[in-house]
Amino acid sequence: MSSPIVKLVAQRIALGILLLLAVSVLIFAGTQILPGDVAQAILGQSATPESLANLREQLGLNDPAIVRYFRWLGGVLTGDLGTAMSSGQDIATSIKGRLWNTLFLAFWAAIVAVPLAIILGLIAVRYRNGWVDKLISGLALASTSFPEFFIGYVLVFFFAVQHQWFPGISTVYDGMPLGERLQAIALPATALTLVVLAHMMRMTRAAILNVMQSAYVETAELKGLSAFAVIRKHAFPNAIAPIINVVMLNLAYLIVGVVVVEVIFVYPGMGQYLVDHVTKRDVPVVQAVGLIFAAVYISLNIVADIAAIVANPRLRHPK
Amino acid sequence: MLDIKRIPIPALVGIVLTALFVLAAILAPWIAPHGNGEIVGDVWEPMSAQHWLGTDNLGRDLLSRMMYGARITLFIAVLATALSFSLGAILGFSAAVFGGWFDTLLSRLVDLLMSIPTLIMGLVVLSVLPSNLVTLILVMGILDSTRVYRLSRAVAVDINVMDYVEAAKLRGEGEGWIIFREILPNALSPLVSELGLRFIYAVLFLSTLSFLGLGVQPPDADWGGMVKENKDGIVFGIAAALIPAAAIASLAISVNLVADWVLNRTTSLKGGRG
Amino acid sequence: MADKHPKSGMLLDIRNLRIEATVYPPGEPPKNIVLVHDVSLTLEKGKVLGLIGESGAGKSTIGLSSMGYGRGGVRITGGEVILNGRDILKGGKEGFRKLRGREVCYVAQSAAAAFNPAHRLMDQVVEAALLHGTATRAEAERRAVALFKKLSLPNPESIGERFPHQVSGGQLQRVMTAMALCSEPDLIVFDEPTTALDVTTQIDVLAAIKDAIRDTHVAALYITHDLAVVAQVSDEIMVLRHGRLVEWGGTRQIIKEPRQEYTNALVSVHQIEHEEQKPGTTPFLAVKSITAAYGRSHIKVLKNVSVDIYPGQTLAVVGESGSGKSTLARAITGLLPPEQGTVTFDGRPLANRLAERPKEDLRQLQMIYQMADVAMNPRQTVGTIIGRPLEFYFGMRGRERDKRVAELLDKIEMGKGFVDRYPAELSGGQKQRVCIARSLAAKPKLIICDEVTSALDPLVAHGILELLLGLQKEENVAYLFITHDLATVKSIADSIAVMYRGEVVRYGAKSKVLTPPFDAYTDLLLSSVPEMEIGWLEKAIKGRRMASAGN
Repeated sequence: MSSPIVKLVAQRIALGILLLLAVSVLIFAGTQILPGDVAQAILGQSATPESLANLREQLGLNDPAIVRYFRWLGGVLTGDLGTAMSSGQDIATSIKGRLWNTLFLAFWAAIVAVPLAIILGLIAVRYRNGWVDKLISGLALASTSFPEFFIGYVLVFFFAVQHQWFPGISTVYDGMPLGERLQAIALPATALTLVVLAHMMRMTRAAILNVMQSAYVETAELKGLSAFAVIRKHAFPNAIAPIINVVMLNLAYLIVGVVVVEVIFVYPGMGQYLVDHVTKRDVPVVQAVGLIFAAVYISLNIVADIAAIVANPRLRHPK
Repeated sequence: MLDIKRIPIPALVGIVLTALFVLAAILAPWIAPHGNGEIVGDVWEPMSAQHWLGTDNLGRDLLSRMMYGARITLFIAVLATALSFSLGAILGFSAAVFGGWFDTLLSRLVDLLMSIPTLIMGLVVLSVLPSNLVTLILVMGILDSTRVYRLSRAVAVDINVMDYVEAAKLRGEGEGWIIFREILPNALSPLVSELGLRFIYAVLFLSTLSFLGLGVQPPDADWGGMVKENKDGIVFGIAAALIPAAAIASLAISVNLVADWVLNRTTSLKGGRG
Repeated sequence: MADKHPKSGMLLDIRNLRIEATVYPPGEPPKNIVLVHDVSLTLEKGKVLGLIGESGAGKSTIGLSSMGYGRGGVRITGGEVILNGRDILKGGKEGFRKLRGREVCYVAQSAAAAFNPAHRLMDQVVEAALLHGTATRAEAERRAVALFKKLSLPNPESIGERFPHQVSGGQLQRVMTAMALCSEPDLIVFDEPTTALDVTTQIDVLAAIKDAIRDTHVAALYITHDLAVVAQVSDEIMVLRHGRLVEWGGTRQIIKEPRQEYTNALVSVHQIEHEEQKPGTTPFLAVKSITAAYGRSHIKVLKNVSVDIYPGQTLAVVGESGSGKSTLARAITGLLPPEQGTVTFDGRPLANRLAERPKEDLRQLQMIYQMADVAMNPRQTVGTIIGRPLEFYFGMRGRERDKRVAELLDKIEMGKGFVDRYPAELSGGQKQRVCIARSLAAKPKLIICDEVTSALDPLVAHGILELLLGLQKEENVAYLFITHDLATVKSIADSIAVMYRGEVVRYGAKSKVLTPPFDAYTDLLLSSVPEMEIGWLEKAIKGRRMASAGN
């Protein structure tokens, strides 16, 4: 029964892998082919021609771009992300702990934001055009206009400085107990939650409204079902796919938020690592971290698409 | 045709605030109490009659710097939006009307660019490009043009299949008439409100880059850069960094209110963010 | 429920019903409008009342009021709705919920949208009966299967296991009727249940509904815009216009002796006097053995189609959805270049592709569309719309052009005052008239009319057809008239081509095509067109059964 689904899902995954490859080309090209010389960038304007030539040689910059690309891709596929130019450390090793930290932060933000957004979205639909709905859309409008650092620093100002409830700088270390760790990330997780909450809620509201305005909901009402039964039996099964879609898209958006939030709270995650090394113009690190971010983003989008495919009754029960 | 009394209050607030910001930016050299880089007092002085917003991390007058910051912020955001808009709209319309390989090629390229979050792609390319205004505007404009491309292509494709466009084609009209007389007038309203949203996005994107230290370089500073300069004061309870941050937020809200109003008057088409 | 109440007596008594809605015109303060003005009606148990009228007559709104339901902000603001002896408007929300799906059920126009795509049909069919506790699941399912059988659905035992998208539109409409009947209500509101169906499917569904109504003794409000359809199923007919009652009477009286002028107009709407013209000696446009497909697909939408068009005459191309009739128009205009075959015009072949045709050829072939709203650029005024072909083909400018635009407006019976109006400011019929003027402006030899009256109310459509016929005489223009409506064909055609699955199955002069002996498909098509005749449905079904038995 599910053969077309399996086929579609397989196609979507294959497409995702292809896209990821293309993205790797783009990231590589973005850092290697664009005007601007990496060696020059590292050594600065005052570098001597000899030292430049030496560094170029050392970095393999004299090989054709395509050779360098495949060398890099081969490394990435075997888990070798190269060596950071600024520190000489192995990138894969440095990333491991940071990736875990970032996922930990994003996970807790999502745990709070997703159910909250869906519940608020439902409330907005239930009291559609009432003051609750207007308040919620107003807040949504406001928060999509707030830069992440505004939210972040307001939180720090009130909850870390004026009332010293939570630390303003999120220091975490290996072997830190979970409770302390959670307290450390309380503010950045809240900031991230606020960053995605409004948007997710607004999209959830739209998704549910779309279903609520369909003819089959009217049919259910005309059968005498109570408002709650209409939502549970008729609206919800059809709204679930669009809601999953909304959630995934917003989790993908968390990725962008994470970069800024980590910098605000000096949190040792991928985002801060990336920004640090962009400033240092450490190209191998930027490539590796950029690729990981892109991979997570693309994967979340694939999950969203797959959810939509699986939830579609037309595909689950073909003619 | 447009009666001021008919404009809803939120939109009116948005228009007034936006106008204030623009005026401050344009008139900064004449109305700012102090120069942009002029050190006039102690570090992080509180608000006072002399320095309405206090002083910053080097003892410069914050109000004056906010005005000059508005100038830089708006200047870059306007240019980046203009670039992203003209690039995206022209290519989007052309793709919709000409179709074929031109459309396929551009659309796949845009899909590819949009499969990476804009900020990440921005950081990747800024790690190798020289830090100057031209680079910044180009990077912001080109990355954001993908969204304008998608919207204008979608709008134009929708219009292109309308019977009135088919009627024009059957009449034998050329591509110029079809694009400028049949499609453009009908695509204008969704695009105008999108313009507002793209501008907000440009302001936020620029601020974020500057906050991360990759945008406008010192001693000049846009609002995002000013947040970065003053952020270390926060832990001492000094709110100087919150002022430029709040300015960004209120500019974005104002433009959003205006864009929302324009959009409600027209259609429900909207581009995304991120 | 039917058993608990006597089989005769008053079921529904609506008194002075007033229904209002708030509309939000852009840029203006919200306005209150009255949709239904003090309408009263009564319906006895087991009887069928037809509600008929054009769009905006308020017929659906009245129908739904019997369930206490108003769509999108519609409010019942006055009157009483007495069902089974009590005023349901006083029952509140709980009262409404108890009667919906139990005493009154609803059958929507588009069953495809009205069924929840996520659930199996059986679950949806028995839902109301289970909800109101009128049957156990097993009983309800047994009842449903019996109803599926009665409604002649294929595989009645297993069709309930299917999902809505796995069942065709005509079948889904019957399943929806079964759903309404399953709770054994006292009243069913049928809201245009056959309007979205093809004509040959419509007759089956109509017959099934009629049988089911008769056998279950349920009362019904049957809402439609098609008088011929409602005449087949109703005991009484109520004619509505702009939310007001026009005439109410027995079916025979309404269709045979209408008392109101408006009713009379509705009854005689299809009667246009048009004498068939004999085909000339040489056609100016000949379509020869055209085969066409969309994209690179192997499914041919047109198979070896040949037709001729004579100067100043009308060729009607008739068929159901998917028959390829619109594709034929696209092939002739060059929008869809045919894979094989040619179109000759004045004895020389026309270029296959639109882009390769000279301006003069384009001028000679004009087109009018089904949806006049989207056939005109909403940002251009009527003057620009009609004036553009004058500029484009004849280089007319300034006063000369304006004068000609005024003449054309005069021809379509619209005044000069419309020159500066935008399409959104016109009514449906006026929009279609402007489209006609735009095509006439090119002074073409042929106008292709693609379902030009299908989206219009019958009386407006009637006016458009008369206009087209009049203009044909004046301008000596030929029409290629594409339609699914045989009544229209009878009114205006000189010759007819019947299309079925991409092929022309019958072609010739109107009198010849409409005279027996028929081929099987034409027979089916002709016998399916509802006639304003009591008892037509039974006759038609009987005729068809014999025909199908004879195959």
